[in-house]
Amino acid sequence: MAEEVVLLDFWPSPFGMRVRIALAEKGIKYEYKEEDLKNKSALLLQMNPVHKKIPVLIHNGKPVCESLIQVQYIDEVWHHKSPLLPSDPYQRAIARFWADFVDKKIYDLGRKVWTTKGEEQEAAKKEFIESLKLLEGELGDKPYFGGENLGYVDVVLVPFYSWFYAYEKCGNFSIEAECPKLIAWAKRCMQKESVSKSLPDREKVYGFVLQLKKAFGIE
Amino acid sequence: MAEVKLLATWPSPFYYRVVWALKSKGIAYEFIEEDLANKSPLLLQYNPVHKKIPVLIHGGKPICESMIILEYIEEIWPKNSLLPNDPYEKAVARFWIKFADDKSPEIWRVFRSVGEEQEKAAKDSLEMLKTIEEHALGEKKFFGGDKIGMVGIAFGQLAQWLQVIEDVTGVKLLEASEFPRLQRWINNFKQVPVINENLPDYDQMFAFFKGRRQMLLASK
Repeated sequence: MAEEVVLLDFWPSPFGMRVRIALAEKGIKYEYKEEDLKNKSALLLQMNPVHKKIPVLIHNGKPVCESLIQVQYIDEVWHHKSPLLPSDPYQRAIARFWADFVDKKIYDLGRKVWTTKGEEQEAAKKEFIESLKLLEGELGDKPYFGGENLGYVDVVLVPFYSWFYAYEKCGNFSIEAECPKLIAWAKRCMQKESVSKSLPDREKVYGFVLQLKKAFGIE
Repeated sequence: MAEVKLLATWPSPFYYRVVWALKSKGIAYEFIEEDLANKSPLLLQYNPVHKKIPVLIHGGKPICESMIILEYIEEIWPKNSLLPNDPYEKAVARFWIKFADDKSPEIWRVFRSVGEEQEKAAKDSLEMLKTIEEHALGEKKFFGGDKIGMVGIAFGQLAQWLQVIEDVTGVKLLEASEFPRLQRWINNFKQVPVINENLPDYDQMFAFFKGRRQMLLASK
């Protein structure tokens, strides 16, 4: 049966990167469509009328929205290859917990690091590092959060690695100095083609952040 | 069967989500009341990251975050299923569950604020209700189907807590004439035996939240 898979995305989005990685891990061929978020396509508005956001995964004409839901959907439909979620229900609950933790903390805190200054920025940096350290604790001595192979939490978290350089430049700090184990993990993930081909170059992301700062009038 | 315990507080709507899921599957559990003003060593041990309730403890192992708990319950005890089997239908259900989780806090902002802030929160709450009315509720009785499921349970706050918030603050949000589908869903939902028999007492809730709001406003 011909499977048609389309991904509506925006190149610097860590949420879009999650889906790219999951599709690559499963070896799924798909059409990538870049969205101009200042001029959203009719397709995007039709496929995600509630939030009008990317990424949107369109499978045989039917849309799936929200990156964590998309990754789980991909894992369930293409379950015969490279499983991302563990098979044990308790381990799945743990994986979901940490994916939820990443969603609650990393994006918003990272955003605060590059959009604020002074005390507010210091507070954001502190909490950001604390959150990464908790994730390091969960990783422990495993090569990946998923164990011997890339798993759900790896796919959910590693996209932010492409933004770390921008956070560091804007916040004037070193993530590697504070969380060396996490950086080692990220570099290990980047050795996989599914990850390295899905993440943009960090300088490009930094350039994008500088453009946004200018547009928002942030010093 | 391994022991099931539920660490929670009355009248948290998140606690009730787990109760409804457990009861709908006929699972026995021990309720352990937590005092959030004086968190127990048990809570700090079982949810060190967030220190929040509810926490489900199954055979000594903790699961945190109410909707993650519900997915776990669904996988361990699949009878009387709360999620569709089809991966696409499941993805749609999870979309609305996430929407419920992301947007329901708006009604609590109405509860906690006054003046301009409350007006903004009321506006955002109405946006949320409109989206549910227009996009989430088809003509079927309960969201995706004919029996209650995880989506209905996720929106359960709207079935009782919303009314308490409206009565305590005097801010009317859900006019039945403006939200006929949502009102119909609430009426149906509250009549389902497992929900009907497991709703907090309205008068007790009103008294509790009235007291809370008074405390909140006094401290502003």
